[in-house]
Amino acid sequence: MAFGAFASSGPDLSGAAPRRRSYIAIILLAPGILYLVATFVAPLVSLVLTSFKEPGGDFEIGEYVYAFRWENYLEVFERFGEIFLRTFGYSVIATVIALVVSYPLAYFIGVILRPFPLWQSLVLILVIAPFFISFLLRTLAWKAIFADEGPVVSFLQTVGVLGPEDYLNGTAFTVVFGLTYNFIPFMTLPIYASLERLDLRYVEAAGDLYAGPGARFWRVILPLSLPGVVSGTLLTFIPASGDYINASKDFLGSTNTVMAGNVINDLFFQSFYPVSAAVAIVLMIAILIPVIAYVAKSGSEELL
Amino acid sequence: MSSTQEAAALATAETAPRPRRRGRERAGRGGAGSWIIGVYSLLALAIMMIPIVYTIVFSFNDARRTNIVWRSFTFDNWLSVCDDPRVCEAFGNSIVVGVVATIAATVLGTMIAIAIVRYTFRMRTLITVLLFLPMATPEVVLGSGLGSQFVNMGVERGLWTIIVAHIMFCISFVVVTVRARVASLDPALEEAGRDLYASPAQVFWRVTLPLLMPGILAAALLCFALSFDDFIITNFVSGNAETFPKFVYVAASRGIPPQSNVIASAVFVFAIVLVIVAQVSAGFRRRRIARAG
Repeated sequence: MAFGAFASSGPDLSGAAPRRRSYIAIILLAPGILYLVATFVAPLVSLVLTSFKEPGGDFEIGEYVYAFRWENYLEVFERFGEIFLRTFGYSVIATVIALVVSYPLAYFIGVILRPFPLWQSLVLILVIAPFFISFLLRTLAWKAIFADEGPVVSFLQTVGVLGPEDYLNGTAFTVVFGLTYNFIPFMTLPIYASLERLDLRYVEAAGDLYAGPGARFWRVILPLSLPGVVSGTLLTFIPASGDYINASKDFLGSTNTVMAGNVINDLFFQSFYPVSAAVAIVLMIAILIPVIAYVAKSGSEELL
Repeated sequence: MSSTQEAAALATAETAPRPRRRGRERAGRGGAGSWIIGVYSLLALAIMMIPIVYTIVFSFNDARRTNIVWRSFTFDNWLSVCDDPRVCEAFGNSIVVGVVATIAATVLGTMIAIAIVRYTFRMRTLITVLLFLPMATPEVVLGSGLGSQFVNMGVERGLWTIIVAHIMFCISFVVVTVRARVASLDPALEEAGRDLYASPAQVFWRVTLPLLMPGILAAALLCFALSFDDFIITNFVSGNAETFPKFVYVAASRGIPPQSNVIASAVFVFAIVLVIVAQVSAGFRRRRIARAG
């Protein structure tokens, strides 16, 4: 299944026919691969070239010429260093919360509900249900729920957790909440996929060997579901770190919660293409390094 | 996608055969731990349902200008969906983009999936990495990259550039989904076709392709769901064209008309019914196979 395949071992190939060498392979691969070269590789190259551009001779806004203006990157670190740290912080916190919420949920569906396939399917549908309703409207729904006059703020003010002047929308809390909420199914589904395949006789064997509940979890269940945890973490962290909807001021954020994605988006639409491109390149490298390190450390044999 | 990556994972789960479990297992052995996990899970699910319920409920709100405060119950929004023609136009654009992008990406991705499982070729690692990278790159980078390429080339952005972008991000997901199905295909079935004097083309169209169909359909559904809900990439490549998510984004700063809740709710109900029907029929099929075998 798609998730397992993202970062864990591929499907069992033992029964498949041996791979052949044939010109047919080139016919099958060429159209799709050339398409990706034109629409994925070329834009990345274009992004790198754009990130070194300098303003054109007539100084019109949005007019840039090819150059090697590396100072664009200097500008990125000087102006947006703090925003990158915030982006990383928000995404890591959202990923950790998503993991803490998802693991028991995935265990519930994949192991506890295993004897009841109908319930298993129904609960699984609930997990993916948020995908079927517009991402933006879902986020706006939270904005209304966390609004100053809304139920959550009123309740917290009555209880005394929040002062009468305090609010939630536009704070780090709502942004991280939104990130966690929006990407939680990406965490739950791959962990579920791992746990659903977990052979429970291993857990029983551990019990027979006098392993307590803690040892059974840490030394048997968790290691066996690690591929799911790895793909879930990646599938949550990557989109969270590039997201700019939750942190945008029209949604759950404010000028105090700006993330790297907001900077890329805002600069792009103000026609400051070179700096926007430089921020995008830095973001991509900043994400790829931990992702590659993480994948290498967790020992996934096959990426795709 | 922003949101949506792998929406159809559920459908996908049906395409790869489940591992056969040897012997009997004793699962879900009651116990206090199971109860705590169950209650915790149901609570988490309940919270996850809140925005869905909110969106559907507010599609029935008798809102005047802004749909934030609850006024009174009405069916008017459902009966006058296209009163704000922009909502319906944006919805129509989303459908067109989704259908075209899905067809193109599914064809391209399925071809790659077959090649990867069945054939050896040069630069295999490089191609694998090329297929993996779009899934590991944040959408804002994909979007601003393609956007800046269109700007550099002086291309007028519109519906077709949205389609170009959506095909790009769908291909990898199609490959991953269909690949599992190709790998689990029993080669004996195709051999049987050849033994019965079927030409290679006949074997492909009458044996291979029908057997791959569940995987291909799941991939197509996934791609359509990703395309339909994508905002982040679309925003960079759309120019003046509006898809449904872009309409919501633009409207967010001045108030969302309740008609957009109507469209989102209708799509939600349609998708959920589709998934439930697929699940139930798959369940029946499994039971039938289990009984037969």
